[in-house]
Amino acid sequence: MLIRIPNASDARPSEITDRSTYFGRREFMLGAAAFSAAAALPFGAIAAPLSATKSPLSTNETPTPLKDVTSYNNFYEFGTDKGDPAKNAHTLTTKPWKVKVDGLVDKPADYDLDDLIKDIALEERIYRMRCVEGWSMVIPWVGVPLASVLARVSPQGSAKYLAFETLVRPEEMPGQKGFFQAMKWPYVEGLRLDEAMHPLTILAVGLYGEKLPNQNGAPIRLVVPWKYGFKSIKSVVRMTLTDKQPITSWSRENPREYGFYSNVNPAVDHPRWSQATERRIGDQGGSFGGLFAKRHPTLLFNGYAEQVASLYSGLDLKANY
Amino acid sequence: MATRSRQRSTLSRLILGADPQRRTLYIAGMTPAVLYFYWGLTNQLGADPQNVLERALGLWALRFLIASLAITPLRQLGGPSLYRFRRAIGLLAFYYAALHLTVYMVLDKGLDLPSIIADIIKRPYITVGMLAFAILVPLAVTSNGPMIRRLGANWRKLHRLAYVAAAAAALHFIMLVKVWPGEPLIYAGLVAALLLFRLANSLRPRARPARS
Repeated sequence: MLIRIPNASDARPSEITDRSTYFGRREFMLGAAAFSAAAALPFGAIAAPLSATKSPLSTNETPTPLKDVTSYNNFYEFGTDKGDPAKNAHTLTTKPWKVKVDGLVDKPADYDLDDLIKDIALEERIYRMRCVEGWSMVIPWVGVPLASVLARVSPQGSAKYLAFETLVRPEEMPGQKGFFQAMKWPYVEGLRLDEAMHPLTILAVGLYGEKLPNQNGAPIRLVVPWKYGFKSIKSVVRMTLTDKQPITSWSRENPREYGFYSNVNPAVDHPRWSQATERRIGDQGGSFGGLFAKRHPTLLFNGYAEQVASLYSGLDLKANY
Repeated sequence: MATRSRQRSTLSRLILGADPQRRTLYIAGMTPAVLYFYWGLTNQLGADPQNVLERALGLWALRFLIASLAITPLRQLGGPSLYRFRRAIGLLAFYYAALHLTVYMVLDKGLDLPSIIADIIKRPYITVGMLAFAILVPLAVTSNGPMIRRLGANWRKLHRLAYVAAAAAALHFIMLVKVWPGEPLIYAGLVAALLLFRLANSLRPRARPARS
């Protein structure tokens, strides 16, 4: 029988290595190989925190504690339990990292990550993140507008969509090997080009002022705050400009439950559960932590309706879920 | 004096049973619930404590339900006879299901009755879960000596509903996951195996001791 009581070897929140030590460990691991590469990093010395400018697009809501953001998330390449990414993602090598840009672009190439975002100012974007499962967080991302990256590769006029792909590397991603695998790999996602170009859409390379932890999609991931979290694809290795609506992983798994758009919408329920409310991770309900915390109402487009609703004028949001 | 002590023993017998081993089983069986509530109240259930608590209680309900149905097959396959623990195990399943439902209604939904009712009607996995619980109620109420005597032969028929409750509970578990991970399927497989065993048994002509 499978008994899942947290056992003595599981880390308690209080035991989680603090941020500086944790990043120190990664630097140590990277150290030997990265000595020469360090000079090429876009944000100076490895140990330095990312310097990012504040953004008017940030929310002023209280960010979810770092330990929750980095220990509770879905990244099925590392296992289907929400604790698995934090447990298993330390094996991922994120340097060197190439992002292939192809399709309808004038400058297709296998870009080194550093070149792809070089000289684009890093911004801190504190965004709400709403998971399709009914929980949410507030995350201080550090990243660059996707539009700036796209400008660099010069999309052609015929490009209407942008398709994304996550790394496939079973030797470093335990969810991609073995008899039971949750999904078809690579994980793929896509946006309409106008969604991709929207100022809110970013490619994140950090959170809480430091480089992205592996479990959160290092070294580079998409963040589209008005869509359910699974649209914000992690550890991106390929971006393809295309004139056809790309296949997306969850819609391929279960087209009845997950559509291409997947905009946060309290009025359009998941076929199996309501999307009207959400549990905000990190909320405190009195002196007993999160146990007695109340749900929040979910907002249309995750509260970003003012900025993005015009993208969907005339579109039936129920039919295009 | 004598009457009061007799009353007390009747009461504790109703709650915990007279058999010290069975009392131990009740106490051991409730330990996960006590631990999870303790961890929840002391902030040790991680980022999403409501969800962890709710799921743990539901999972223990399903485990006890399966264990209660496994007692007869275990005996018939040559294992030890654990019949005297069956009622306790079945009741533990009911207690966990009741706690699971309570956490869902009070902590998760904040006793928002219209939303709970909408859930039960509109969300098939919740409908199925409620069905499992609704079945367990009469089974728990009739899990005592006086009710067994009163119901006579009907008691056995009534308690066959435990299979329906187990199947509904296993389905409830499968229906709430996004992909097809192993765990819910393992539980569903166990319930299916128990059900098949029971069906095969009832189809087989019985050996009558009278013939020997």
